[in-house]
Amino acid sequence: MTESTLNPVTAVFREVIPAGDWWVHKIKKGQTLRILDLEGNQAADTLFFSAVAPTERYSADRTIQEQAALYLTTGTKLMSTEGNALLTITADTCGRHDTLGGACSRESNTMRYAHDKECMHACRDSFIRGAQEWNVELTKRDITCNINFFMNVPVSADGGLTFADGISAPGRYVEMVAEMDVVCLISNCPQLNNPCNGWNPTPVEVLIWN
Amino acid sequence: MNPILEKTLHGAGMWSAVVSRGKRLRLTDLDGGANVGMLLYNALERIERYNMPDTLKGQHIFYLRAPYCLHSDMGRLIASITEDSVGWHDTVCGHSDAARVLAKYGGNNYQKSRNHWNRNGRDCFLIELAKWGLGKKDLVPNLNLFSKVVSDEEGKLSFIPDHSKAGGVIELRFELDTLIVLNTCQHPLDPDLVYRHRHVKLEVFTGDSPAPDDPSFTIRPENLRAWENNQTYHTLRF
Repeated sequence: MTESTLNPVTAVFREVIPAGDWWVHKIKKGQTLRILDLEGNQAADTLFFSAVAPTERYSADRTIQEQAALYLTTGTKLMSTEGNALLTITADTCGRHDTLGGACSRESNTMRYAHDKECMHACRDSFIRGAQEWNVELTKRDITCNINFFMNVPVSADGGLTFADGISAPGRYVEMVAEMDVVCLISNCPQLNNPCNGWNPTPVEVLIWN
Repeated sequence: MNPILEKTLHGAGMWSAVVSRGKRLRLTDLDGGANVGMLLYNALERIERYNMPDTLKGQHIFYLRAPYCLHSDMGRLIASITEDSVGWHDTVCGHSDAARVLAKYGGNNYQKSRNHWNRNGRDCFLIELAKWGLGKKDLVPNLNLFSKVVSDEEGKLSFIPDHSKAGGVIELRFELDTLIVLNTCQHPLDPDLVYRHRHVKLEVFTGDSPAPDDPSFTIRPENLRAWENNQTYHTLRF
């Protein structure tokens, strides 16, 4: 756990993202992005791209490889597919964030829960729309394995993996400084079929400081 | 049964092919300690690809073994693990790249060592992907067959040396017409500071269509529903 010294009053940007919405925004090198879990236990599915060349994007496997560890927290470098640090996590009052669980999709809802869950809104649809609105050339190919801020996916020594109740709470946040110009794409997760959002998807807030 | 293809991949070798559904790919670790980095795509819709998160969360596992399945990002199965003498295969650690191989093993380029040079997983993937019209956008978390990496409660990862023995076998049955892209470069977290050229035998066999009570589908209700999605896809398409 590492608290931030930044004051929300001095933030140059603030926006609340309702559950089920997407948000896409450029973060310049040196700026700090905070994602704030307003009501607790809300998964913020997040992707990063190089603002210059979006073929360079967040890599879950490269990030895991770099730190030889699964969970993201203060000090974690969020690595790109080209082996560069996109951002570094500088403050974290939640303690652990997931990058194994990926995003929900309407297709994977049918596999995970039941065929009739296909109609339910899912993160991949939000990712697709947000990516298209930023850059018309982006497609599903550009939607890769993401970060789930505030989501708790414990792995056991014998190789089990579960989606557990969240360890986040109202007011907890994670903060990261951009190491290069990046574009952040968030899907504020609408999933209702597992405890990743505490069975009740709620808003998150994003803040940016220079 | 005789294989319809038999081939030995030399250390740090690479291979790609389209294999139709029902056929089986059998890989044998000839020397012990092999690693096969693998990516899989729907051969007809290559935007559909192997998906590490859906494979893990759909089956509540952190690693792969028989009779578990490899899931695509479209709620379908790409392949099922039908035989496995190794018991643990990694899929979260990705692959090596040129900078990592240089830093770890030192310079050993083609000029110096000809075909005993140090290749890396990323270059091998990108070279073979390009032959099918794919590229950097299609690089996603891959399989590392034959390699074991465990996590402690804090999430710290440990590579288990000498996990796969000489003669170790894994066999995949494809549930879609599949583009396979693979290489035999070392695992990125293998702490061995010697660059190893380990040999892997690759065989392809014909096979029968699975039934709904196949062990790969009955081990998890998620797998049966995904296979039902495959059935729908095939019924509509063919």
